[in-house]
Amino acid sequence: MIRYLARRLLSLALSLIAASIVIFAVIEIIPGDPAAYMLGLNASPEAVAALRDQLGLNGTAFSRYLDWAGGLLQGDFGQSYTYRVPVAELIGERIQVSLPLAAYALVLTVLIAFPVGLIAAARRGRPADWGIMAATQLGIAIPNFWFAMLLVLLFAVKLHWFSAGGFPGWEGGLAAGLKALTLPAIALALPQASILARVMRSSLIDTLHQDYIRTARAKGLTRRQALLRHALRNGLIPVLTIMGLQFSFLLAGAIIIENVFFLPGLGRLIFQAITQRDLIVVEGVVMLLVFAVIVVNFMVDIAYGAADPRLRRRR
Amino acid sequence: MTAMIEARGLSLAIHGMPILRGVSFALREGETFGLVGESGSGKSMTALSLMRLLPEGAEASGEILLAGRDLMALGEAEMCDLRGREMAMISQEPMTALNPVQTIADQVAETLIVHAAARPREARRIALERLARVGLPPDAIPPDRYPHELSGGQRQRVAIAMAIALRPRLLIADEPTTALDVTTQAQILALLKGLVREEGMGLMLITHDLAVVAGMADRVAVMQEGRIVEEGDTESLFTRMRHPYTRALFEASAHQPERRPTARAEPLLVAEDVVREYRMPGLRLFGPAPRFRAVDHVSFTIHKGESLGLVGESGCGKSTLTRALLGLDPIDGGRIRLGGEEITAGRHMPARLRRRMQVVFQDPYASFDPRWKVGRLVAEPFHLLETPPEDPAARVAEALADVGLPADAADRYIHEFSGGQRQRIAIARALVLKPDLVILDEAVSALDVSIRAQILDLLADLQARLGLAWLFISHDLNVVRAITDRVLVMQAGRIVEEGETERVLTAPEHPYTQTLIKAAPQIPAAWRKALHG
Repeated sequence: MIRYLARRLLSLALSLIAASIVIFAVIEIIPGDPAAYMLGLNASPEAVAALRDQLGLNGTAFSRYLDWAGGLLQGDFGQSYTYRVPVAELIGERIQVSLPLAAYALVLTVLIAFPVGLIAAARRGRPADWGIMAATQLGIAIPNFWFAMLLVLLFAVKLHWFSAGGFPGWEGGLAAGLKALTLPAIALALPQASILARVMRSSLIDTLHQDYIRTARAKGLTRRQALLRHALRNGLIPVLTIMGLQFSFLLAGAIIIENVFFLPGLGRLIFQAITQRDLIVVEGVVMLLVFAVIVVNFMVDIAYGAADPRLRRRR
Repeated sequence: MTAMIEARGLSLAIHGMPILRGVSFALREGETFGLVGESGSGKSMTALSLMRLLPEGAEASGEILLAGRDLMALGEAEMCDLRGREMAMISQEPMTALNPVQTIADQVAETLIVHAAARPREARRIALERLARVGLPPDAIPPDRYPHELSGGQRQRVAIAMAIALRPRLLIADEPTTALDVTTQAQILALLKGLVREEGMGLMLITHDLAVVAGMADRVAVMQEGRIVEEGDTESLFTRMRHPYTRALFEASAHQPERRPTARAEPLLVAEDVVREYRMPGLRLFGPAPRFRAVDHVSFTIHKGESLGLVGESGCGKSTLTRALLGLDPIDGGRIRLGGEEITAGRHMPARLRRRMQVVFQDPYASFDPRWKVGRLVAEPFHLLETPPEDPAARVAEALADVGLPADAADRYIHEFSGGQRQRIAIARALVLKPDLVILDEAVSALDVSIRAQILDLLADLQARLGLAWLFISHDLNVVRAITDRVLVMQAGRIVEEGETERVLTAPEHPYTQTLIKAAPQIPAAWRKALHG
């Protein structure tokens, strides 16, 4: 297991280095002057030169990369051009919304998908299964922003249970913060839960056809016992893979939902940064998201090892 | 004595397809009952009917009496209570029959726990005891191992421990040794025999192998197309064989094709001192990984037109050697030459050398692309020619005719053919370039005895007509005896014995060869004589 961990950690570090090089290259080396791009068509050459200097664009690409990567290691993401504050500070504020939102949505996703997938697999081919398959099909097909608006209409406008948007900050207490994130989390979770429930169902059904399920039944286990004791853990590997992908998506892909609910999250930050050509912010946020994706994948790998003893010894 | 379990007029249809047609038999306490038949005869479905674990869409009728109680009338909850307690089952594939993510002790203990026969701590103690009984003592095989850390034979022992944990009255063993090596098979059969004697349980032994039942069963039933066609106590069944199907099975299992020697003195393939090593998934992060020598200084010669056998148990290096001979993997020492030209793996190996050697694998279905028509499958080796043949369709038709298939087979897909026909197509694909040497890697092992006899006849005929050389790799000594001139015996990467097939099999010199021959189940010679006399 230690060896398995060491290998995963090494691959994590290498992926991060590779990703930082790609991001750096895309934004800084690809044709066009970042400073000129950020200032727009009407900028004076002096302003461009000043910004180039400020951005540290003078020097070789290699030395600039080392400066940038070295800064990242110390938490220095550079200075935002439009906001005139350190990017780290901006990210620090926004992540307080995005990370809890993503985690909240993922918890809801799992809470919905696991039982639903299990029931569908246990009742495969029967009415409960058909109903679940139809409902999850709908859940995948409905755009989440439209579903978000329905939620606002019902729970905020009509019932007044939740506010229609905005985020009071965590200073107002955990309950208030969570309450503000509830509708967005539901809107985010529904399509993801539909996908995950379907993955869970098909993975479990595959597992139920394995010989060891028949062995378990021959030992005297009921259908339900065979499903819960033997099929579940074996069927979990593909589910973990999808969950890892979903968390990354929830973290970065909440742009539209954050806009619907006026939430000051990372998605809105990067959206605004792109429209304002604030490439330093874009660079920083993208690097952070890549970091999050790679760390989540690392955790998924660890979970694989825990779920399946056969993987612990392999390369 | 009254019957412990009895089937009366058992019939079964799956999605309307009749599988069993009025099967009746009875099994007494402490008796071993052999059920023999070819694939599709309904043996396994009989077993699953007794356990009431039939696949979806199955409709069974008739009576199954366990100690006088009709199982067909019981509900699912009552059946769950009986399974594992009164009746248990082990199946053919030890590789897939165990849960890969649970330790072996937990899996054995589970039988006790689900039947509320013991609390977890006590269940574990009994589980260790049962594991020790089946030959897996905790000090030699840690009970917290996972199935993937055990060999096939050890896994089958775990499956047996699970089945006998609660000392059931009936154990159904469905082809329990088919996937195992002969020496392992002999050990597992001895274990089952001992359990029947000591625990007094009834054993229903399902197999396609007449020799296995001959040595194990008190009574035997022969199944064909969902019916029991002949039944009797083992000796009288084997010495009389009243039903023509029983007789046909018996003849096919000992089939000797007519061969005439085609071997010439001229060497075709010469292997000298071949070494092939693998890097092991070692335990160190740095430094050279430990290496495993799969093929260890192997030398031999195949002459033109000769049929050479290669026998050995799984893991002995047969497949690794095959890959090296075909130039698919590089070798770490020695030389392999075909007709004087050196074989090197990878792109360095010229196509004209590759086309002189072809291969046929065990699983005829897995070695074909299911989306290609047979004509294209058989024509695939043409890419080894510099200029494609003028009339590829005629060449394909010729190759299909060589293996006894009509020319219109070329327009069909592989799933439209039976297992034996698929193997004929694989042979046609190997023949289409008119090679000098064909490697047959367990090529008849997955086939039923009657089909196997036909393929052996075909191979003997092809060799006589085309002057081909075979390298015939098999774990089955009977087959090797039937089709080869000389044989190599391989153990742990080395050739331990080599010689004329008849001499090696009748008067083996190396202790390993002797073990192999002794382990292979045989129908007693006296019974054979009685039958033919």
